[in-house]
Amino acid sequence: MDEAPYSPGPSARPVGRPQARPLSPHLQIYSWSVTMAASITHRATGMALSAGMALLAWWLIAAASGPEAYATFVGVAGHPAGQVVLFGLLWSLSFHLLNGIRHLAWDLGYGFKVPTARLTGALVYVFSLLTAAGAFAVGIMVRQGLGV
Amino acid sequence: MSRSFRTPLGRIEGLGAAKAGTFHFWHQRITAVALVPLSVWFVASALAYVGAEQGAVAAFFAEPINAILMALFILAAVYHMSLGLQTIIEDYFHAEGLKLTLVVCVRFASWGIGAASLFALMKLALGTPA
Repeated sequence: MDEAPYSPGPSARPVGRPQARPLSPHLQIYSWSVTMAASITHRATGMALSAGMALLAWWLIAAASGPEAYATFVGVAGHPAGQVVLFGLLWSLSFHLLNGIRHLAWDLGYGFKVPTARLTGALVYVFSLLTAAGAFAVGIMVRQGLGV
Repeated sequence: MSRSFRTPLGRIEGLGAAKAGTFHFWHQRITAVALVPLSVWFVASALAYVGAEQGAVAAFFAEPINAILMALFILAAVYHMSLGLQTIIEDYFHAEGLKLTLVVCVRFASWGIGAASLFALMKLALGTPA
């Protein structure tokens, strides 16, 4: 009978050739979890809010420049596209704020148990959407002169 | 006994090769804590002025307490933003030159936005009423 083909053991390495070692798994390998999604969303909302700071500067500059410049800002902000951006920023702030409090609790050593971290992550999603929707509704009421 | 090659200054600083300690982390946390009440105040105030005239907004910032809180909000937000964006850049950009360039750009852009916002706020707070 033929000899069985030589196969190097797991630790054997052909001389002069780099071993194809396993790399650390890429992000796509993992199945999604609430905690992972919240972490990624925290970064994404942080970036969105950074862009929002530029819009805040525009708002203040427009207000400082006079009634005409301010009317331009109000026009853009009241446009449907402007409203979508403003709602996005409201939700981003709500999420980043609530998840930021979650992070601060972790910094103090609270909420590290896996079920707790999952629950607080889900709660941040739910309450950030509720807060953003509520704040947006208040904004619409104020704009229509209904008061609060 | 192993001999230490660290200088006395290096030993008391205790920072190692990264040349930085908890400074970034700590300032990110301080600004985060400050931004919890400040951002709630800001959103609540801004919502009350949705669609308002320029004069109403100017009158709001002419109140010293509002101008001071707004200045604190801008400063904390801009600093928090520059620290956060720096962390993101350092995590995803590995070429040293590009990473350094982007971090410097983030710092410039953040403080540029902050300076422009603060100047406009000063004009609103201290400007003579039209």
